[in-house]
Amino acid sequence: MIQAIVFFPLLGFLIAGLFGRVIGARASEIATTSLLLIAAILSWITFIQVGYGAGGKVEVLGSWMRSGSFSVDWTLRVDTLTAVMLVVVNSVSSLVHLYSVGYMHEDPSRPRFFAYLSLFTFAMLMLITSDNLVQMFFGWEGVGLASYLLIGFWYDRPTAVAASMKAFIVNRVGDFGFAFGIFVVFVLTGTVNFDAIFAKIGALGGMKVDFLGIDWDALTIVCLLLFVGAMGKSAQFLLHTWLPDAMEGPTPVSALIHAATMVTAGVFMVARLSPLFEAAPAAMTVVVVVGATTAFFAATIGLVQNDIKRVIAYSTCSQLGYMFVALGSGAYGAGIFHLFTHAFFKALLFLGAGSVIHAMHHEQDIRKMGGLAGKIPVTTTLMAIGTLALTGFPMTAGYFSKDAIIEAAFASHNPAQAYAFILLVVAAFMTSFYSWRLFFLTFLGKPRWGHDADHAHGHDDHAHHDHGHHGHHDHAHEPHESPLVMLIPLVLLGVGALAAGAVFAPAFIGESYDHFWKGALFTSEHNHVMHEMHDVPAWVKYSPFVMMLAGFGLAWLFYIAKPHLPRDLAQSQPILYRFLLNKWYFDEIYDWLFVNPAKAIGRFLWKKGDGRVIDGLGPDGVAARVADIAAGATRLQTGYLYHYAFAMLIGLAAFVTWSLFGGVH
Amino acid sequence: MSMILSALILLPLIGAAMILLVPKDTVGTLSNIRWIALGTTIITFAVSLVAWHRFDATSPAFQFVEQGAWISDTIRFKLGVDGYSMPFIILTTFLMPFCILASWISIEKRVSEYMIAFLVLEALMIGVFASLDLVLFYVFFEAGLIPMFLIIGVWGGKRRIYASFKFFLYTLLGSVLMLIAIMTMYWTAGTTDIPTLMTYSFPAGMQKWLWFGFFASFAVKMPMWPLHTWLPDAHVEAPTAGSVILAAILLKMGGYGFLRFSLPMFPLASAEFAHFMFFLSLGAIIYTSLVALVQEDIKKLIAYSSVAHMGYVTLGIFTLTPQGIEGAMFQMISHGLISAALFLCVGVIYDRMHTREISAYGGLVHRMPLYAALMMVFTMANVGLPGTCGFIGEFLTLLGSRIANSWVALFATTGVVLSATYALWMYARVVLGKLVKPELMSIKDLSPREMVLLVPLAVLTIYFGFHANAILDVVSVPTEPLLASLKAAVGSVKTAALALP
Repeated sequence: MIQAIVFFPLLGFLIAGLFGRVIGARASEIATTSLLLIAAILSWITFIQVGYGAGGKVEVLGSWMRSGSFSVDWTLRVDTLTAVMLVVVNSVSSLVHLYSVGYMHEDPSRPRFFAYLSLFTFAMLMLITSDNLVQMFFGWEGVGLASYLLIGFWYDRPTAVAASMKAFIVNRVGDFGFAFGIFVVFVLTGTVNFDAIFAKIGALGGMKVDFLGIDWDALTIVCLLLFVGAMGKSAQFLLHTWLPDAMEGPTPVSALIHAATMVTAGVFMVARLSPLFEAAPAAMTVVVVVGATTAFFAATIGLVQNDIKRVIAYSTCSQLGYMFVALGSGAYGAGIFHLFTHAFFKALLFLGAGSVIHAMHHEQDIRKMGGLAGKIPVTTTLMAIGTLALTGFPMTAGYFSKDAIIEAAFASHNPAQAYAFILLVVAAFMTSFYSWRLFFLTFLGKPRWGHDADHAHGHDDHAHHDHGHHGHHDHAHEPHESPLVMLIPLVLLGVGALAAGAVFAPAFIGESYDHFWKGALFTSEHNHVMHEMHDVPAWVKYSPFVMMLAGFGLAWLFYIAKPHLPRDLAQSQPILYRFLLNKWYFDEIYDWLFVNPAKAIGRFLWKKGDGRVIDGLGPDGVAARVADIAAGATRLQTGYLYHYAFAMLIGLAAFVTWSLFGGVH
Repeated sequence: MSMILSALILLPLIGAAMILLVPKDTVGTLSNIRWIALGTTIITFAVSLVAWHRFDATSPAFQFVEQGAWISDTIRFKLGVDGYSMPFIILTTFLMPFCILASWISIEKRVSEYMIAFLVLEALMIGVFASLDLVLFYVFFEAGLIPMFLIIGVWGGKRRIYASFKFFLYTLLGSVLMLIAIMTMYWTAGTTDIPTLMTYSFPAGMQKWLWFGFFASFAVKMPMWPLHTWLPDAHVEAPTAGSVILAAILLKMGGYGFLRFSLPMFPLASAEFAHFMFFLSLGAIIYTSLVALVQEDIKKLIAYSSVAHMGYVTLGIFTLTPQGIEGAMFQMISHGLISAALFLCVGVIYDRMHTREISAYGGLVHRMPLYAALMMVFTMANVGLPGTCGFIGEFLTLLGSRIANSWVALFATTGVVLSATYALWMYARVVLGKLVKPELMSIKDLSPREMVLLVPLAVLTIYFGFHANAILDVVSVPTEPLLASLKAAVGSVKTAALALP
């Protein structure tokens, strides 16, 4: 069964990718989507079998590479952690496939789009079913490729092409750490297979490893290097810059890759390697600090963004920070639980945003929306559900998982515990504010679209020629509800966003924790955070709820009650506003720090190094003494070649003579 | 005694002789010449497959050995192959038909001379990898330069004189030093038989000088930084097929030479100079990657990228670890496929537009979707994406370098970021974007001939990416005794490079 789950998407990719032009768009859609739906159903069966039944197993498919004592197999590992990820990946992926049938129906390159989606799914499945670090790296870079291809799907847009390259290259910086971590793991343990590595952790405790001339704690350095990879993939602080730009891709892509699945790969990796991280407390502190910082900082930027997708993107970045805080606190169950619920409500929010964008004929600026609730009621309702779940409204999915993280952060014994707790609570307030700001600006208030906003339509520059509104301009911008094929995925995700928390909380973080995980998540005997988080003071338990209400209240005040307040505030605090609007100036700093110097150094080395120093001293210096090379077109064939062959022959002749008469013997 | 190796060397020469016999200036002359060349290379490839089939990959011994008296009793005509040389022979015979096909239309003047040059070159390249005598190796190694020199100098671009002159100066320097080293070895050991020399221990002091003599030749050939500046010029001026052979086979002779001669014959010097080699390899990986970033000519960019990828090869070889050496071998084979494909891709658009300027292109995907897809595969392979063969070599050599030295590994690993940057940026500028340039509006997608060229390479690129053992299992067989003898030779002389954890 696991083979079917993993390889059906690959089959879909091959069908749509190789034969898409032959069989046509409709057949490609049907092939990929139906294969994914089967994989999704099988994933749920696996999930129930493994999580609530007997447990998992590892299948070896064959050898990938072996060299000396280094050996890597192609494997399919199924345990509860994998099963959870299977459900997340295949459910969201199949729904996104289905949704895309509607969303992309005007696009001329649909076979390519569906091929990429299926390719992504396959790579992600290889990542989560891996039983060793190198296959994980294969999936890791594979999803990076799919992400690159999908962000740049509309390759006519310079911004999309730039964003796709940025995503790939920034991820490569993270992968640099990941790859290096694998090397160090192999040097230390002589293996890259998970169970074999974990078996050697005891021997590594307290061991020092020389790295760059300094003696480091072996486990700490390994965990930190691998975590750099996780930071890149999960868009954590300092390596986050690619994620907002990735919104240049089609919206279903944002939902699947840049919200629900790929960006959680870093979280998955840390959870998978929990035995390693448990043994490296210093690395755990780094994870907490990075996670908390990201949760806070991404939320601040989310406050002022005007692009509907970018608001949600920063929200994703921030929520991933929450997950890392949970992992770093030792509450792996809570981290993975948030990953699970977040997949539902964040995919819902993105696909809902896609539905809005579809309704608004590819307008993405929330300042040009407003009053859409009456026009697209189904989308509005589902967006409201997603917003409630994200902000952690009681009994929705986010309520269970996010509050668990905040409690775990408080209960943990990590040195950064207070820092993390405070930032997460503040971030919860900001999350609520920006989520409701988005909702109010989009769906409530007065419409800010229509006849006066006609000019705003111009920025839509990809291939959507046939909007069908050329004939009747009066209704050109009348928002319309999305077709059923887009609404069904929304409804299903909405159910998940409402119910996933309550249904699965006992298993993921509650009383059936041990029975459910069966050791797939490791906690050392000193780590009791999963119990202690239930005994935190009442004010800690209520703090996220209070923050949620406060955020809602402030958003109501700003965008419904007194809509002039935001502008007044922005004008009274121009520096802070610009700082946030420009995303803490990270792009500018990185350009100045890395991009421009790399080009300048390259140019310098090329012109001065290669041109002046090497060639100047070497061939050109000699050449300068040979008069008039350019005129010697004929001399090439007669002169120089002759010289060359001659020199060689002379050498040979000398050698032969010498050997014959020189008397070697 | 099997004669299959001399048959492989002779077959292309017979083809070349047949081309000489084709009556000139009749209606079908050009077509006949092309078909003879193609037929010859295909038959040679088929024979090499027979050899491959009969080759026992599990044996570290030299196979298909044949010998006869030549210059003297001690300098003999001796051929034989092992797990290091056999893959290169297959790579050579496999790529030759591609070279002939790639020149099918684009070469219009002096077709018969051109085809003869290629066939002679093929014979000489097979000879290089099959030689088991130092002098024989030297003759093949140096003689191979002459047809290459002609291919650049006669059928090259505008600055072909400058490029071939540069090529000439560099290689002359290297070959003179190697010849001196070979003479010294003969003087000392009294034989030029390679298997014998591999077990002969030269005095430690002499090893250094001999090592350096061979290094000079191989480092130019690879080329290693900072002896690389002839390569971008040679590539830019060479016709497409010339670039393919240059990048895919000729560069590999340097790496092959290090494995065949430097490591087994001068183990003490190899261990001692390992850090020196690391330094040059890092120079290749970082320096030339940065230079590749700012290139304006597609071929130059790929040429610089080749230098960087060869940096992984020398890095891996001198880690003196199984992962490093086998990774280096893998990297050479995979780079042979990838660089050949990339140069063929450049050739495709050069044949149409007659320019290699990156800025002259943009938005090709609109008119050439097949080309864009295949180019994507090769670009990603060049970047070292897992699932393509480009990954395995890079990964294993870097792993080996981490075992040897963490600083070296750290700097070398930055190459994975830089290669992604220059490769994707070029792809974006050439293939993606809006199609605005009027002269590109009517550009045609790949012809069936070009599909035949590129699709097999793409399939192999991915096949070896998933099934790396197909190559690794072959090259690991000679690696084990090599490393064992290295360790024995170095013995108590514990060097940093051999200080395995």
